[in-house]
Amino acid sequence: MKTKILAVLVAITVPICVGIAFAAPMSVQVRNARVRATPSQLGKTVAAVDYGEVVETGAVQNGWYPVTMPDGAKGWLHESALSKKPVAMRAGTSDVDTGVSSDEVALAGKGFNEQVEAKLRAEGTLDYTWVDRMAALEVGAEQIVEFRRQGNLPGGAL
Amino acid sequence: MNARHWLALSIGMGLLTALWFCGCEGVGEVGAELGRATGVLTEDQAESVKRGATAVEKSWQDLTPEQEYYIGRAVAARVFETYQPLDRPEANAYLNLLGQSLAVFSERPETFGGYRFLLLDSDEVNAFAAPGGLILVTRGMLRCCENEDELAAVLAHEICHVQAKHGLRAIKQSRLTEAFTIVAAESAKQLGSEELASLTREFESSVGDVVMTLTTSGYSRTQERDADAAAVRLLKRAGYPEAAILTMLKRMDERLATARGLGFAKTHPSASSRADALKPAIPTAQAAPDAVRQQRFATAMQPVLGGR
Repeated sequence: MKTKILAVLVAITVPICVGIAFAAPMSVQVRNARVRATPSQLGKTVAAVDYGEVVETGAVQNGWYPVTMPDGAKGWLHESALSKKPVAMRAGTSDVDTGVSSDEVALAGKGFNEQVEAKLRAEGTLDYTWVDRMAALEVGAEQIVEFRRQGNLPGGAL
Repeated sequence: MNARHWLALSIGMGLLTALWFCGCEGVGEVGAELGRATGVLTEDQAESVKRGATAVEKSWQDLTPEQEYYIGRAVAARVFETYQPLDRPEANAYLNLLGQSLAVFSERPETFGGYRFLLLDSDEVNAFAAPGGLILVTRGMLRCCENEDELAAVLAHEICHVQAKHGLRAIKQSRLTEAFTIVAAESAKQLGSEELASLTREFESSVGDVVMTLTTSGYSRTQERDADAAAVRLLKRAGYPEAAILTMLKRMDERLATARGLGFAKTHPSASSRADALKPAIPTAQAAPDAVRQQRFATAMQPVLGGR
């Protein structure tokens, strides 16, 4: 019985230990993301990161990764903004830095992308006028905080 | 099984779980490595398994947020061919304040291009969530909402479709396999004109699959139920009364009673059955809608709704 308990403990702790040991560089997989001072989408912005940038991550906590930027600055990014896979090759980074092959990076950067949309636009197949107008309807974190304050929706569990 | 076997098995399971969590390798690669390590597979066989597995495993889950974004943009553009956008800046600004303030509380707050919302100039009761977060709501659907809380329930449901990538799941596997094969075969960063033409065809077909699901065939009942349940959790996290989704569904049921077979009624399970499924998870006590929220909803939406 004792051995079984030990076995279960090992099965639980090994992945955790390996997970911590593998705390590793991750790539930003959204166009741009704000690194927050606290693990909250409404937290103060300490830095902005762009698609393909690589940040050093610690152990994930409730969907949030503690991240360290190349310049040493620290903050939090939500897991939905990050990928363990490389997403784009950036100027100044090498395969050695990212630990992946150029082929992998090229694969991630291709596919259904800007090049395909440009072809559809050029052919006049699709009209993107309103799609572009929609994209411009961005709301900032400060506006959201104010909207929620006025509407008596304080706090909230982020 | 003796104690040593138990321990060995658990360590193995632990390592496999760890590999899975780390996302270091695909399942096929892990399988191939295990096969090679245990002597079950030869080097050549292991390589073959890896190559075969890589092609087969590519599915909607392998689409990156960037690819999802471009699919979603084309889906929205296609929907605009049938449904005219409602060009009312104040109403759309309010819709985005509300929608984006909900999206930050979702389980997937970050998408490649972010969540955006727009009203459609249609009396049909309907709403569409294009992959990546472009969410479209008809004037007819807006009429089912008497206050901000109920509109929040509609938007939360759509955000949860995006969160669960229900739109991407509508894409036929054959198209994705073809697209990934084209991409993998071409090593250059920019695609050649022939490959680009083939890929664009697969892209258009994939977009067609999603549009067909959104506007005609609808998501599965399970996906709708999941989006409803996730919407209740999202409303709660954002501080909105969960019961708002029940009052909204009740009003929708009344409106749809006169429009069977059209729009939302065509693509969604009945509003009353959705409400029945949700009731056990929602507190019955309901506070009166907040006065400020009621007022700002009316100010932004009355001009659009007119006499309802």
